[in-house]
Amino acid sequence: MPPISGTPEALSAPLVVEFPFTRSLGPVQSAFLTGLRERTVLGVRTTDGRVLVPPVEYDPVTAEEIRDLVEVGTTGTVTTWAWNPAPRRGQPLATPFAWVLVRLDGADTALLHALDAAGPDAVRTGMRVRVRWAGERTGAITDIACFEPYEGGAAAGETTPHSDEAGEQNPHSGETGAPARHSDSIREPAPHRGETREPAPHRGEAREPVPHSGEFADPVTGITAPARLDYTYAPGRAQSRYLAALAERRTVGERCPSCRKVYVPPRGACPTCGVATRDQVEVGPNGTVTTFCIVNIKAKNLDIEVPYVYAHIALDGADLALHARIGGIPYDEVRMGLRVEPVWRDGSRYPDHYRPTGEPDADYDSYKELI
Amino acid sequence: MSATPGPAEMPSPVPAAPPAREVAVVAFAQSRHTRDTAEISEAELLLPVLQDALGQAGLRAGEIDFTCSGSSDYLAGRAFSFTMALDSVGAWPPIAESHVETDGAWALYEAWVKLLTGDAGTALVYAYGKSSSGEVRDVLSRQLDPYYVAPLWPDSVALAALQAQALIDAGATDEAALAGVAARSRADAAAGPHARPTGPVPHGPYVVRPLRTGDCPPVTDGAAAVVLAAGDTARRLCDRPAWIRGMDHRTEAHALGVRDLTDSPSTRLAAERAGAFERPVDTAELHAPFTSQEVILRRALRLADGVRINPSGGALAANPMMATGLVRIGEAARRIREGASRRALAHATSGPCLQQNLVAVLEGDPR
Repeated sequence: MPPISGTPEALSAPLVVEFPFTRSLGPVQSAFLTGLRERTVLGVRTTDGRVLVPPVEYDPVTAEEIRDLVEVGTTGTVTTWAWNPAPRRGQPLATPFAWVLVRLDGADTALLHALDAAGPDAVRTGMRVRVRWAGERTGAITDIACFEPYEGGAAAGETTPHSDEAGEQNPHSGETGAPARHSDSIREPAPHRGETREPAPHRGEAREPVPHSGEFADPVTGITAPARLDYTYAPGRAQSRYLAALAERRTVGERCPSCRKVYVPPRGACPTCGVATRDQVEVGPNGTVTTFCIVNIKAKNLDIEVPYVYAHIALDGADLALHARIGGIPYDEVRMGLRVEPVWRDGSRYPDHYRPTGEPDADYDSYKELI
Repeated sequence: MSATPGPAEMPSPVPAAPPAREVAVVAFAQSRHTRDTAEISEAELLLPVLQDALGQAGLRAGEIDFTCSGSSDYLAGRAFSFTMALDSVGAWPPIAESHVETDGAWALYEAWVKLLTGDAGTALVYAYGKSSSGEVRDVLSRQLDPYYVAPLWPDSVALAALQAQALIDAGATDEAALAGVAARSRADAAAGPHARPTGPVPHGPYVVRPLRTGDCPPVTDGAAAVVLAAGDTARRLCDRPAWIRGMDHRTEAHALGVRDLTDSPSTRLAAERAGAFERPVDTAELHAPFTSQEVILRRALRLADGVRINPSGGALAANPMMATGLVRIGEAARRIREGASRRALAHATSGPCLQQNLVAVLEGDPR
């Protein structure tokens, strides 16, 4: 076949990847998420006495298994924040908000969530916030709708032992997992240090962590987390040319300048030689069945009666077999060497299937290299 | 900078045994990174880069003992996407091949180990990413904790902004200093052909405060390739090999709320184990997609003021996801091969807020 000239524009099309991930929960995650449903925030206490919120099943520093659940407050302190002027799909609030890490009262680590605030000037590190619960709660992190500013006062102990460490500024505090109290002290805003920035602790409102069994009626044991990502799929030059030709009911391969093989469909590179393929060659339309299988199980939503035959077909002039369904012949009469031609349906952008041409079967030697 | 090893708080370092074999970067190539490569496939993006790297080393596809790549299905939006890119490698007769689902710097680490074991004498390492295929800020949110964090869809800029604010609160930097990092990076990048955007750019409005457009990496498509060789093979293939004196990578807790976001202890430990603190380096190629992360890395690595940081422009000038870290190693090696550096540090990162970090130390032969 003669080389073909002309390069159609590269194609692209929207591609949506969407999955409802279903995940099972361990004992700690189950207790935490069930607790959120019941407006109770649970943490877990490590063997060295720190309280991790949100809780994990293994100590992030020592990898020890930890199960010692405690209840912490629903008020807390912002340890760092970031103003989000343009919320994106799926984020907790549709209006501009602050991302915050919040150390809940009684906890030693911080939870990531959103803070509903009037504007960036209304947010600062060290500010007091409280949970705003979602109206409908199912046992998910989104049961916390967001945080909101809270004027009710500081946590107990907020100004005592931690403040002694605040001036240390040890940049090497921590190995692979930083001790939380050091890191928290580093996160305190510098200008506030030494000032009387916090109102006197309202100990009645603040919470010390309280032991909790983690047991609730009807515990949540799994979550379903929908995930959706939007892409623009662009198949590239070689495949665009292939698809554009296919729309004209022609099949175009590309020849390797080194080994001279013609690849169908082409991907712009010779997978054997690792060099670019540029010369386009029209192949087919007829071809030879090189090998096949008989499909006996009907796939979901597939409108093809079983059994049917799926085959590798070496189009005339191609050095690589493509695969397609064989029709127009009883499934048990399909054989290696059978000569076939494409069958197009109206408006289709690719052959629906291949059927026998009626030619004599091809010699084995003529296609044995393509099996 | 101090010649003593890591800080006193570090576990006492185990002296690294001298590697059984010397391994060097002998070739490095990268694409002309752009905003969008919709007209070409990954294989088409990679082909010229691989040809360039192999050509520099005077090798043909079949002469490579081991091939290792880095990329991500989440960027491509397709499962097993790296298998299609293999078309550009030339995989017949069958080759020894491996893949990491992260930055190609980690593929280089795997290849380095393979060469150290003596299983291979040469290796081809490549990496690529087409960030333009999707919304990279959202795509990266899928690597987060799926129970507590990912359902909130915090994007990559938001998480970096939380880190930047913590750094500002700690008094370690301010917005003006961050703008300075951006300006220096992009001015340096303008001297080379690979960056995007080229030349000075306005620092711009807040994306997520305190980070402005200038503090964030440009969305970039691109690819890179490195050829490694051991011992005398390296000397034969290259007149000035960039010897890898040490390499290590470390990770930190996944949960952001248990980490000190103003520090990068994993970077410091990796650097120590790579031997970075044994003698001063003159060049550091740091994989810091956000300006604030360069501040953290400089502190973690205790880089002296005289150290040349990111003469290539770094990730702020071009951020081909999954290749950006490999480019840092390649750029450090290029400086050594060109005689502009005697001892260089290269760093790569992955995960939110510098969660995982790799450090390599490269040197040229004395002249």
